[in-house]
Amino acid sequence: MSIADRVAVHLRVNGEDMAVMVAPYKTLLEVLREDLALTGTKHGCELGECSTCGVLVDGRPFLSCLAMPLDLEGREITTIEGMAAGREPHPLQVAFAELGAAQCGYCTPAMLLTAKALLDRDPDPSREAIKEALAGVLCRCTGYLKIFEAVELAAARNGVKPREP
Amino acid sequence: MTQSTEEFSIVGKPLTKPDAFAKVSGQTKFADDLALPRMLYGRILRSPHPHARILHVDTDRARALPGVLAVLTGDDLPVKFGILPVSQDEEALAREKVRYVGDPIAAVAASDEWIADEALDLIEMQFQELPHVMSIEQAIAADGEPIHGSSNVHKAVALEFGDTEDAMRTADHVREDVVFFEGNTHLPMEQHAAVAQYAADGKLTLWTSSQTPHYVHRALGKVLEMPMSRIRVVATPNGGGFGGKSDIFSHELVAAKLAIVTGRPVKITLTREEVFYAHRGRHPVLMKVRTGFTRDGRIRAMQFQSFLDGGGYGSYGVASTYYTGALQATTYAIPRYRFEGVRLFTNKPPCGPKRGHGTPQPRFALETHFDKVAEELGLDPVELRLRNLPNPDSKTVNWLRITSCGLEDCISKVVAGSRFLDRRTSMPAGRGLGFAVSSYLSGAGTAIYWNDMPHSEVQLKLDRNGGVALLCGAIDIGQGSDHILAAIVAEVLGVALEDIQLTTADTDLTPIDLGSYSSRVTFMAGNAAKAAAEKVRDRLFEAAARALRCDGDELIARGHRIFRRNRPVDGMSFAQAVQLAETEHGVVTGTGSYTPPKLAGPYKGSGVGPSPAYSYSAAVVEVDCDEKTGEVKVTEVWVAHDIGRAINPMLVIGQVEGSVYMALGEALMEEQVFRLGLHKFPSLLEYKSPTALEAPVMHTYLVETIDREGPFGAKEAGQGPLLPVIPAVANAVYNALGVRIDEIPITPDKVLKALSDKSRRVGPKSVPVFAFPALITADVPDEWKGK
Repeated sequence: MSIADRVAVHLRVNGEDMAVMVAPYKTLLEVLREDLALTGTKHGCELGECSTCGVLVDGRPFLSCLAMPLDLEGREITTIEGMAAGREPHPLQVAFAELGAAQCGYCTPAMLLTAKALLDRDPDPSREAIKEALAGVLCRCTGYLKIFEAVELAAARNGVKPREP
Repeated sequence: MTQSTEEFSIVGKPLTKPDAFAKVSGQTKFADDLALPRMLYGRILRSPHPHARILHVDTDRARALPGVLAVLTGDDLPVKFGILPVSQDEEALAREKVRYVGDPIAAVAASDEWIADEALDLIEMQFQELPHVMSIEQAIAADGEPIHGSSNVHKAVALEFGDTEDAMRTADHVREDVVFFEGNTHLPMEQHAAVAQYAADGKLTLWTSSQTPHYVHRALGKVLEMPMSRIRVVATPNGGGFGGKSDIFSHELVAAKLAIVTGRPVKITLTREEVFYAHRGRHPVLMKVRTGFTRDGRIRAMQFQSFLDGGGYGSYGVASTYYTGALQATTYAIPRYRFEGVRLFTNKPPCGPKRGHGTPQPRFALETHFDKVAEELGLDPVELRLRNLPNPDSKTVNWLRITSCGLEDCISKVVAGSRFLDRRTSMPAGRGLGFAVSSYLSGAGTAIYWNDMPHSEVQLKLDRNGGVALLCGAIDIGQGSDHILAAIVAEVLGVALEDIQLTTADTDLTPIDLGSYSSRVTFMAGNAAKAAAEKVRDRLFEAAARALRCDGDELIARGHRIFRRNRPVDGMSFAQAVQLAETEHGVVTGTGSYTPPKLAGPYKGSGVGPSPAYSYSAAVVEVDCDEKTGEVKVTEVWVAHDIGRAINPMLVIGQVEGSVYMALGEALMEEQVFRLGLHKFPSLLEYKSPTALEAPVMHTYLVETIDREGPFGAKEAGQGPLLPVIPAVANAVYNALGVRIDEIPITPDKVLKALSDKSRRVGPKSVPVFAFPALITADVPDEWKGK
């Protein structure tokens, strides 16, 4: 693949329009990490099984390791770098930090974005709904409990009373 | 549990760790996140055969491919290495022989990864295949060419403390069990990665996702034949380690060599498949345990045999072998003890340390064995343990020194919390409760290469505005070691966590810490941090006392102030005290070191097992089993852990919950298995691990025993709580279904097989015939004489 074969890709990432020349076979994960220097998105398995590479596309969880950037022109892509509102971290980020829900931090970006998609659609999820929503994202450190608790804390702080687990 | 919050400002509080916000913002830079100008990408060509002689490697076509800047083969890195001085049996790229599918043979650096991959395809190799051995039994019986040297036996040991046969004769009840624990792997979410840079001044830097940068530093010096002073190793935050990044890996040495050859930075990131080959995970272990008891359930003697399936190279295997026999006697008072262990080479990826290193397997053997003995003696399983508790401040029969021991408290917490004794005899159909206990090291008492130097060192440097620079070789692998260091220093100096600037795991800048393995960092680096902080504090007190016209020992440091304990208005800000001290003596610095006491017993092989303190754990597990499908679901877990003191209880509970999770994966589904010499599923699609849906309800109890040698009394948390959970699951399955699955993992097919089998059991029936070496007999410590 020579440089002449690269194609222009226009992506909207974290509210910004970006244009890069990339090899057409590069995945969204590779373009985000290597061409846009958005290294907050991680890779874990290369085959869409661990969700470590999860981002949001139009607000819904999306596996960037299985997506081709050319298919996503015109869509709204959100990575962990775009989760905070300016300097103000998202309530989920605060809750994850405060409760120790990020140990090594490697699955954390995908876990946070997946949780955000859940809270955006269900601001007061039950423990079962949280488990269901996060079941695709593997974490090897925490045993998941602190992650569930952090999602519940963030939900509670959004003005909704936390439900008994 | 003693409340530790009143005495301290920071210690004992569930504070947010210093690296938390970087992690939740995606700002933490893992090794693969690094990119340097002109960086090349390296890839490694690996063996397609489990056991073969390399006849020919032709790299000409790969070298000719445009975009390829270098190709390496074994002859470019001929010096052998290994993590243990006694097992220098690895090559960065194999020269004569390959010993497992995935063994590295050649490497390429190219301008992008696609070209590097294409170049690998152009390397031509010829092999002479050799018969391969894939099990303990085959390794012992094999008559083909041994994997190394003249035999497949890597290490065989035989130790005896007192006359066990004689003691067995005095026992009323002797039981023998044979069980098997299949191997499994760490599966950190981050694949190993390394970036190397060779600068024009002849200095090499390697950034690597390693738990043990110091040992990588030593190995680079040896293999590259360069002075260590010209090499800088920086460990990047590990995206999970669990022991899987505590060895020296081919890709680290190869990236360094490629950077030297090309003069450009080189990055190698392993693919997920390669991580399964790098491995160094849980050894498959076949075990036989034989214990003699008195009628009332007191242990008279134990004989333990373990057979470890080591894979293709030594790695930590000698230590792993000893560990399968070391901690039996820290958990139970055993008056006479014999241990025989052998590690065999097989044609699989090398095994090494995974969370609990060498001890989850014997723990499974012991705790299921005790459950069976309790039933035969008509005792409940809790009572049998209580009758054999080790004593605090004692020596075990194999000379391990116990300081604090909170096992009895741990047992009462989980037994009460789960109502184990009331409920276990009246569980609904298919449901069961299981119980088990354990102990673990707070750091290995001896270094990997024997020496008298400190195991951990910390340097502090204060600035005029009251900031504290903290330098330490320890690397945070997610366990929170950065927090522990900062919390201890902030506590002693009376400043906030935010005032501490951490620089860690950089061999150019930071003093030594041996690494994040053997649950040693809180204990050892914590003690070093405390010593350094106390030294600096004393200098500040000295300067402040002069200004305040009082004695230094009247002063305390708290809330960014240094003031008289009995007259708090007499004081000054922390920064003012720094300025006074700096005016008098120049830059305010201090160092602290920790060297564990010499604890090895008077026998050969006594170096593995000693630790300055042992943690204790107990667990009750509740299961819900489906007799039709054989599926075992863990619904609830009660786990208690003797932490000594929780420097940060939130982080400790995180370690406990993570340990329980990892134990459940091992107990029920995870296994690294092979067919025809090939790994059956080197991918996350087929290697099953628990998801959020499998997370049980968990109750964690922390028991504080304030250990006299731990920093503020702290002991380990990262590994010990895993240990009792696996056998507790097996015991719960028995309680639920009346079947014994004496083989980990407990998969549905085994449960169904046991349910339909007359013996109501699945598991090995015997161990192979093996001639262990002559027993090394050791005297027993005085307190065990005549018992």
